Amino acid sequence: MLDVGRHPNIDLLTYSEVEKVEGKAGAFRVTVRKKARYVEADKCTGCGACSETCPTIVPDAYEEGLGTRKAIYPLFAQGIPSTRTIDPDYCRQLNGKKCGICAKTCQADAINFDQKDQMLDLEVASIIVAVGYDVFDPSRIPEYRYQELPNVVTAIQFERLLSASGPTGGHVDRPSDLAVEADIKELEKKEKKSAKALARFEEKHGEASEPFYNKFKTGAYDDEDHKKWAEKYEAHLAILEPLEEMKKRAESFAPARKLAFIQCVGSRDFRFYPFCSGYCCMHSIKEAIIANEHEPETTSTIFGMDIRAVGKGFEEYKIRGGNKSGITYVRGRVAEITAGPNHNPVVIYEDTKERKVKAEEFEMVILATACAPSNGIIDLSSLIGFELDDYHFVKTSPLSPVDTTVPGIFVCGCAESPMDVPESVAQASSAAERAAETAFQEDREKEKAVA
Amino acid sequence: MEALEEFAKTLPKVTFVQRNLYTCSETGINEIKKGIEEQHLNRVVVASCTPRTHEPLFRSSCAEAGMNPYLFEMANIRDQCSWVHMQQKEAGTEKAKDLIRMGVAKAALLEPKEPIMSDVCPRGLVMGGGIAGMGAALSLANRGYEVVLVERQEKLGGMLNRLHKLGPGMASAEAFVLEKIRAVNNHPKITVFTKADIQRVEGFIGKYKVDIETETGVKNVDIGVIVVATGATLYVPTDRYGYDGKRVITQLEMEDLLKKGLDPGIKNVVMIQCVGSRNEERPYCSRICCQTAVKNAMLIRGALPAAQVSILYRDMQMYGVENEEMFRDSKAKGVRYINYDPASPPEVGPEGVKVHHALLGRDMDLPADLIVLSTPLVSNEDAHETSQLLRVPVDDNGFFLEAHVKLRPLDFATDGVFLCGSARFPANVRETVAQGLGAASRASIPLSQGSVVVEPVISVLANEDACRGCGLCVALCPYGALEIQDTEKGRKVHVIDVACKGCGVCAATCYQHALTINSFTDEQLTAELDAYLGG
Repeated sequence: MLDVGRHPNIDLLTYSEVEKVEGKAGAFRVTVRKKARYVEADKCTGCGACSETCPTIVPDAYEEGLGTRKAIYPLFAQGIPSTRTIDPDYCRQLNGKKCGICAKTCQADAINFDQKDQMLDLEVASIIVAVGYDVFDPSRIPEYRYQELPNVVTAIQFERLLSASGPTGGHVDRPSDLAVEADIKELEKKEKKSAKALARFEEKHGEASEPFYNKFKTGAYDDEDHKKWAEKYEAHLAILEPLEEMKKRAESFAPARKLAFIQCVGSRDFRFYPFCSGYCCMHSIKEAIIANEHEPETTSTIFGMDIRAVGKGFEEYKIRGGNKSGITYVRGRVAEITAGPNHNPVVIYEDTKERKVKAEEFEMVILATACAPSNGIIDLSSLIGFELDDYHFVKTSPLSPVDTTVPGIFVCGCAESPMDVPESVAQASSAAERAAETAFQEDREKEKAVA
Repeated sequence: MEALEEFAKTLPKVTFVQRNLYTCSETGINEIKKGIEEQHLNRVVVASCTPRTHEPLFRSSCAEAGMNPYLFEMANIRDQCSWVHMQQKEAGTEKAKDLIRMGVAKAALLEPKEPIMSDVCPRGLVMGGGIAGMGAALSLANRGYEVVLVERQEKLGGMLNRLHKLGPGMASAEAFVLEKIRAVNNHPKITVFTKADIQRVEGFIGKYKVDIETETGVKNVDIGVIVVATGATLYVPTDRYGYDGKRVITQLEMEDLLKKGLDPGIKNVVMIQCVGSRNEERPYCSRICCQTAVKNAMLIRGALPAAQVSILYRDMQMYGVENEEMFRDSKAKGVRYINYDPASPPEVGPEGVKVHHALLGRDMDLPADLIVLSTPLVSNEDAHETSQLLRVPVDDNGFFLEAHVKLRPLDFATDGVFLCGSARFPANVRETVAQGLGAASRASIPLSQGSVVVEPVISVLANEDACRGCGLCVALCPYGALEIQDTEKGRKVHVIDVACKGCGVCAATCYQHALTINSFTDEQLTAELDAYLGG
């Protein structure tokens, strides 16, 4: 990312969208809308003081809902360009309420609430479409109970849990436990407020709340002030009791150490995507290995039909996972996930090698979700004119694997079809080569025309 | 940070200290430049993060302010200090002071250096005339570069010459390969040598001298970049499953049969997957055999609708969109799939194949007139020779080892040499064509720039008299950047500037201290250690 940001030949337009493409190979005219960040990127130093003082807390889509961010935010800490953006959906100032705290905090004077979208016109010889993919939403499979059961997560959510810079600092904490810990924090806040209120009464009357309350119960007081104190005390107890109970429960919270990975969630499925998403067998193996490195007692069961480890070094990796990292491979498609005790999901499946239907309890279930075509690819293809295949990936032919149906427009990566990192990186060079050839040929035409 | 600022002021030779929140920001860079200009600084130390992020940026900033960029040093008080001692603030601060003191001591001994430029001959060598090689050659030639294409066989085309139809669309392999051969032969920028072999490769990126043995004698060419597209060989399982090349055959032999036309008398075909792969001998999955078997099974069903075709598999590796679709189609066309466990593999007999169906849990006797064994691609017999010729590595399976399996799949660690196709790992036609384009793209970078620029932080023969010409450093250099030459003073090591990465293995190994690394000389490193120990 840093290389792209620094490269003298690359003009990086982030937070931008292509709105119009005209012309032909060698001479395209592209109109790009650069959306307003409300932050002047050339003034912003990326110091982050604005995010710290922003009062608006928003669920963080980057952390797959497992964390929060502010209304002024970087997409992620290491983002390039290292600047901030104000989310117009949540920012108080942009929604007519009084705020502007970020602007007051910013030492670089980089906040600009009046910034407008910018329209840019580009002249280019070739175009490369590398719009990637979207993650399949497993709530479309109701029998997997994805939204209902807190400890059933998607692979990308699991990646955030495994990440040292993620919402749990790399610990495979169960979302059900995280929810309790969040509740504890909320109650602790309330408890602090309530204790302050009680302290005011205690100072005023020169006695502690508990002995006062015992006297109050015997009917010793009947004035408004004492009544209020008693009510406040009761309310305080009503916070303390569940708080203590939750804290006690939280003592035994531990990272999930018995994991289940379910392959082909949405893939190889006539109801959703009949194709194979190519990389999910490998990322489940990787995730299981990393979880085991982090917590050596972790065991993982990977439920799949075929475990497709077809890349260089992949089969060896898969076997190593089985031998050294506690992975068991089960040939069987999971039929249903139900609720077990203590928020443990129960996986119901047929072990096809034993021809038995089994149910097994796990501490966390990870769904290897399908690689879906990018949201908006249909609109983009109508806008620019390249064809999509039946599944809405960009159509190419095996003999011209990075050429779209429009000359001069090329494609690479998952926009073309699901693929892993080495293949995406290689295809990126392939598309660059085709784009360069087009530009070169265009130059030759121009030279011939002049000569 | 305040403590560090105060500490830095006390160090010998330090005349100016400044603390920034973000030195890498535009403001921070300007502070460096201002400092150099106003304070007449002739050495700069930035104590901050890792050199990997911003050293080039800081170096250029120094250069812009008129100071030689190699008089700049970084003390990594982030990755190597604050990040790893987050719970020990006091000890961490003391360590940061040590790091800064060491950085200053070294900086005082730094000497100005200039980057090294070397021309790149605008000609590429492509080794291998199959689909990958032809594709790479055409791409480079279409970009205006001269290409020399060397093919060992009498004709171009490689393995594609033996294929019949290409899945999943069943395009004609012959038509495709002939089209490519025609394009290559007609291209004014491509010189083709068939029935030719590379004898010798000398030199380094931009300045290779290559000897090619051809039918008409040895040709010597100047080359800038090299693309390895030498492909792979199909493993022939002579020792198992009763392979005889007639009734029990390989998938390539199946392609031959499909080209000739199938014997209508064939009633039962059994294909066996993973023959000679995914085992102890050869642990890898050869990626393309499942899709090849499925494709051929469909072609057989199409030609002989009455024939039963069964594929015995461990996992059906029909990855991705096209392959999975072909897999579905094949089932609709009546191809039968039988899962077997590697612990009880199928047995081939004179009547047919015995297999234990792992999912049904029972033994099956499959009659078979034709048995097709899906075997892996293995590295060419001479892969090791090629690897020595070019000074590039191979992996445990004999396939060429790229610079980085994930992020640089088409480069070698040695600059100037690139990789594509099955020489790297089994790949189908779609993937191979893409890789040919990709390798050409990578190879075109030095070609298009016309020169390579190398940082002067490289190995240098600081003490020529001390060098005994023992060659130990040459043997250890991972980049082929050292060679022994005969000089008037005897055998001496010579550093190929452009290939050297400054890794330091040679300087660390040289027991005569003849070699050292610029900006990491013995004196500079000793000064750092003294500063650390003395403080």
